[in-house]
Amino acid sequence: MATETLTAVATADGPRRRRGGIRSNENLAGWLFVAPVIVILGLFLLLPILMALWVSLTDWNGQGSPFTGDVPFVGGHNYTQLSTEDGLARRDFMTSIRNNIYYVAIVVPAQTVLALGLALVVNNRMLKGKSFFRSAFYFPSVTSSVAISVVFLFLFANSGAVNALLGVVGIDGPEWFADSRGVLHLLFGAVGVDSPPAALADGGPFGLTWWDWLAGPSVAMISIITLVVWTTSGTFMLMFLAGLQNVPVTLDEASTLDGASRWQRFRYVTLPMIRPTTFLVLTLGMIGSWQVFDQVYVMSQGDPAKTTLTPAYLSYRTAFRDFDYGSGAAISFVLFLIIIVLTLIQRRALAERDTDRPRRGWRRRRVPERS
Amino acid sequence: MAVLTDRPAATPARRHQRAARTLATRFLGYATLVFFGLVFLYPFVIQIGNALKTEPDAAANPLSPFPDPLTVAGFERIFAGTNFPLWLGNSLLVTVLVTIGRVFFDSLAGYALARLRFRGRGGLFAAVIAVMAVPGVVLLIPKFLVLNQLGLYNSYAGLVVPLLADAAGVFIMKQFFESIPVSVEEAARIDGASIFRTFWSVVLPMAKPALITLTILSFQGSWNEFPHSLVSVQDPDLFTLPRGLADLVSGSLGKGTQYPLKLGAALLATIPVAIIFVVFQRYFVRDANDGSDKG
Repeated sequence: MATETLTAVATADGPRRRRGGIRSNENLAGWLFVAPVIVILGLFLLLPILMALWVSLTDWNGQGSPFTGDVPFVGGHNYTQLSTEDGLARRDFMTSIRNNIYYVAIVVPAQTVLALGLALVVNNRMLKGKSFFRSAFYFPSVTSSVAISVVFLFLFANSGAVNALLGVVGIDGPEWFADSRGVLHLLFGAVGVDSPPAALADGGPFGLTWWDWLAGPSVAMISIITLVVWTTSGTFMLMFLAGLQNVPVTLDEASTLDGASRWQRFRYVTLPMIRPTTFLVLTLGMIGSWQVFDQVYVMSQGDPAKTTLTPAYLSYRTAFRDFDYGSGAAISFVLFLIIIVLTLIQRRALAERDTDRPRRGWRRRRVPERS
Repeated sequence: MAVLTDRPAATPARRHQRAARTLATRFLGYATLVFFGLVFLYPFVIQIGNALKTEPDAAANPLSPFPDPLTVAGFERIFAGTNFPLWLGNSLLVTVLVTIGRVFFDSLAGYALARLRFRGRGGLFAAVIAVMAVPGVVLLIPKFLVLNQLGLYNSYAGLVVPLLADAAGVFIMKQFFESIPVSVEEAARIDGASIFRTFWSVVLPMAKPALITLTILSFQGSWNEFPHSLVSVQDPDLFTLPRGLADLVSGSLGKGTQYPLKLGAALLATIPVAIIFVVFQRYFVRDANDGSDKG
């Protein structure tokens, strides 16, 4: 609130200083001040995106420069290869989309519920030592994704901590990173459906059979999902905490006096009050979940049987391992499109919220990915 | 629902019941805190413990935090058998340069966007906001293309220069500068100080909290940065810590799992950020809170 007053003062003061020749001076200084940032972001962000757009229309193999006449121009072929033409490229791409959909479907709800739960506990007025636990929950989010992936490789190793823990309760843990079986397939198997029923065996959309689409995340993917939920929940917990602290205590007390049970208070008072935060967490989670890369690179490289392949990793692999830069760039742009759509949805909703409750509008992302 | 009518005439028995309920809540609260405290911290405990174990011990008792026998052989092999010291040096160099660059360039731009009246300011700020939404992973191939084209691929310049400014940092600084009262600057300007001089000796010293936040974020971000090093260098002599670490686990060690060594190397890579986190915690927390609160 103090800052809002200050901002108000600053803008009120503004016009007064527009005097004399200072203005033309400011024009030059302004551009000089922003010049380094413009040059760096322009050169290493905007220009490269345009270059990649061009490359996605060619068959450049990494030799020489992609901007000479020698590079075969293929138009939209790289894109049709991913969408309408049957072949390995489309199968891999659709597999990566499938994997990422299941990944998002588990990671986003799981991290949101966990983050909200942690925030509720840490926000409890009756407990002491909360700041220690708040830091403990948040700490994994600030560590290196590569270093943490190494730790989880060990935890989920065949003779690792997770299997040791499962052994304590009498479960024979799987070989996490070698297990390509889909979780849904395993569930179907448990009710006696071991092989695809005839109706699902072939003829699904985009070159994958219905049975393949319905595989669920593989056992290997589950370990990556666990890691990501574990690392990101802390960040989202802090967001929920900020939201919860905006809920007036009096409201909670009033509903207690009215005889509302704890669950009713949570369901009908707290949850509606933090709806904007929940929406923010859900959309940020979705935007971040489509960018999973580091963990896949370190832990599984898309294996086993391509069940941890994600679009982000596939675009990298297609370009830098198979030297098919055009196709890799095309995958990047499709992914870009997915993420932009999610971002626009989020910003629109936030703008609506900001008109209700004017505030300085910005967000930062420290979701699994960064720029 | 009858509670409301009962409340004014709370009997001792009812009060007892409520006290018991409070106690139970508290117990449940602490139990949850401790349980999740373990979930979030025990992996690090395991990491430290197993980094100090022998390989057979780590394989046999992965859950135990106590090495038996205790050995630093893993760490010795990190320094003798891998390029760890080199990666550490590269990481330090990159992190320091990137942090200095970001703090300086981001505050310059943030100040201009907050205070200086120049043509195109509104459009530039909109561009900064738009750039913040560009996801890093879709830039992998694009960055490689431009570095390759500019002849910066496989060089320190390629590792550092593209990271020297970031839109989010510009945004943080702009927001902060807007919250500082303008009167002090005016006084300086009336006294004849140039715009840069005013910025440098009057405004920047007042922006200390934001500068600390930005320094920490830049340090943490560039120390942990992985995808950029993946597409900007190929030469093992230019590997940063995350890159070297990733290389280590993806098989450059040859046969054997060598978990104590890998966990030790990952631990060493985590320590600087961990120290900064403990010391400057409130800046981290504030950053994350800003993100949500201001939407």
